[in-house]
Amino acid sequence: MLRTAPAIVHASHAMDHPPTGPSAPATTGRTRLDSYVDRYAARTAGMTASEIRALFAVASRPEVVSLAGGMPNISGLPLDVVGGAIADLVANQGPVALQYSSGQGDPTLREQICEVMALEGINAHPDDVVVTVGSQQAVDLVTRIFCDPGDVVICEAPSYVGALGVFKAFQCQVVHAEMDADGLVPDALRQAIAATRAAGKTIKFLYTIPNFHNPAGVTMTAARRAEILDICRSEDVLVLEDNPYGLLGFDSEPMRALRADDAEGVIYLGSFSKTFSPGLRVGWALAPHAVREKLVLAQESATLCPPAFNQMAVSAYLQAHDWKGQIKQLREMYRERRDAMVEALGDFMPAACRWNVPHGGFFVWMTLPPGIDAKAMLPRAVTARVAYVPGTAFFADGFGSGSLRLSFCYPTPERIREGVRRLAGVLEEEMELRATFGAKPPQGEHPLPRSGYDGPGTDLS
Amino acid sequence: MNHPVVVLAGGLSHERDVSLRSGRRAAEALRGVGLEVVERDVDGSLLSTLAAEPPSCVLPMLHGENGEDGAIREVLDLLGIPYVGSGPAACRTAFDKPVAKSVVERVGIVTPESVCLPHESFRELGAAQVMDAVLHRLGLPLVVKPARSGSALGCALVSTETELPDAMVGAFAYGPVALIERYIGGTEVAVPVIDDGTGPRDLPAVAIRPDGPIYDYTARYTAGSTEFTVPAALPDDVLAECARVAIAAHQALGLRDLSRSDLIVGDDGSVRFLEVNVAPGFTETSLVPLSVEAAGLDLGEVLASLVRAAMARDARTTT
Repeated sequence: MLRTAPAIVHASHAMDHPPTGPSAPATTGRTRLDSYVDRYAARTAGMTASEIRALFAVASRPEVVSLAGGMPNISGLPLDVVGGAIADLVANQGPVALQYSSGQGDPTLREQICEVMALEGINAHPDDVVVTVGSQQAVDLVTRIFCDPGDVVICEAPSYVGALGVFKAFQCQVVHAEMDADGLVPDALRQAIAATRAAGKTIKFLYTIPNFHNPAGVTMTAARRAEILDICRSEDVLVLEDNPYGLLGFDSEPMRALRADDAEGVIYLGSFSKTFSPGLRVGWALAPHAVREKLVLAQESATLCPPAFNQMAVSAYLQAHDWKGQIKQLREMYRERRDAMVEALGDFMPAACRWNVPHGGFFVWMTLPPGIDAKAMLPRAVTARVAYVPGTAFFADGFGSGSLRLSFCYPTPERIREGVRRLAGVLEEEMELRATFGAKPPQGEHPLPRSGYDGPGTDLS
Repeated sequence: MNHPVVVLAGGLSHERDVSLRSGRRAAEALRGVGLEVVERDVDGSLLSTLAAEPPSCVLPMLHGENGEDGAIREVLDLLGIPYVGSGPAACRTAFDKPVAKSVVERVGIVTPESVCLPHESFRELGAAQVMDAVLHRLGLPLVVKPARSGSALGCALVSTETELPDAMVGAFAYGPVALIERYIGGTEVAVPVIDDGTGPRDLPAVAIRPDGPIYDYTARYTAGSTEFTVPAALPDDVLAECARVAIAAHQALGLRDLSRSDLIVGDDGSVRFLEVNVAPGFTETSLVPLSVEAAGLDLGEVLASLVRAAMARDARTTT
């Protein structure tokens, strides 16, 4: 006999309006604590709470050395110059800056964007530029106009967690293609294309980060660029070239973009987030004419227009300041941090670890000794007050548990060294434990994570 | 109350995020009944702030280590600041799952058969042999969990022998000691116990049915992924036994003010104790608020009554 018969329907509505005073009768029933649980779109699958993201919440505390975030260090920005430029903007162009603007973006800024891209050999017309809310929104818009559910996007293995999130949200299937020290491996790309087509699936584009890859830290060589473009041309695969870090090389001038050698087959994405301000959220897409038209319409549906004020602020900064000199300073600052990380890794890490030495950007990709699972180790690291991003975040297929991403962009060189020292201790403990319990199944046998969103939030330093 | 109630939330435990959410909800509930509330993280400036602006009472909403292990409450005792909830010694006992199990077993409460082992034992004695012995004793399936942790962090259901090593490594990532417990099929039930000065009483039992095989972190904090029934749709005598066990555990462990016992009701109606929480979650998907609402009570009123009880206790001990 039941004390109270459970309600037949969800009682969430009853729970939404609980009785107030202590004398009210008890309510009863079932609830899922979300009245809309049966109504969400299929694309929300995987948008769940994540144990990994919960651990990142601890990493935001100052006691923890966070080698997990991707937050640029903007402490060297000339705030007086920025402040003056913004004051002038409000005083002189306030009614325009505070108004709606074109869905394609501010014309002056688009001209300046073309000057920025010229540094990488791109000869573009401002008409073919669409300004977006960070280049992240450009990834979203391109996916929105190209991909139906089930369409395939080929990505490097590993790939940028934020782009994987977009592809997942549009229900694309990600097929990974291997990288080596020279970037995306041509044969791996050929195989990925062939296998996908043999399976009867449609490839919509190749998503690649050729410079100072996030998370892998590698840069595609000039020879590889030519080869990858050849493959994509002959196989008729569109290239989405995501290039937020291209101007942040430590040892050399910017490399020639893929887009510089193929105006029709490449959509190029750029950003001011790493070279000026991530907070202003100004990025762009450079696309062939027909694609650009659709991107503008998609942009109008998404936001009406990118923020006029922020675009004009970027434009004013570019006009008022030696931005190339500023980028040079940023490169030197990041090189010092890269050096600190690489030196500390050499000093502290167990011999079985492998990592690359990036020539620009923010990230080192480290491969752990066989059998160590970076995701399983993260709680131990957080206890030791150091954080990183487990490699699984950068794969759509459950791989990557044997690697992790270390970012050197935000902490000072001293903190980086301390963080690496702590991480080495954590790793040694984990190796000892793993040795005790025997080898782990090889990579790839990992079950898919329940949450598809195991990357850190943008507000993690 | 001229001074505010300070809700402590955050901290450096693995459950920082959960704690912040619990703290926000508890603070809002108290504000809703007219109390002045300040939310504070636990950091190097906490004690000086508490000294400069003494609170009327502290409501610790800290989960996990440094929150439920009694440490912060020990410090509050040192400072003579009243707080809601159990004292440090009781917290130390309750937070350690194997210790809590042995204490409640002494008063006749049944818990799933288990073994508790530090990682050194596996290293020194040979992991394969120790795991074999565990499997021989407990059989399959098993649940592996860190001895001192919450929110099911580091917990794993082990259905085959080959899953056991990974589950052990996963639990040891959260702490040096693991509890390996025989898995009991049935209905997972949580029973809050509150005592606002008139003696411990149970609130309606919440039955938990996650979509997946285990009520893990994702199932706990993703609204919609778990179905709750409150009061649990169980026979009267079973519900009465759940309440009795929760209150008996609360008393046996020397807890006060508020606790939540997590129980498993076997398919035969038997009730087993899994663990108790001295700082149960108050998030939007947590169990105590659900139970409070189902009892027809207001969350803010309940918390305010506990605050008043803690202040009255403090007044008694200091006069």
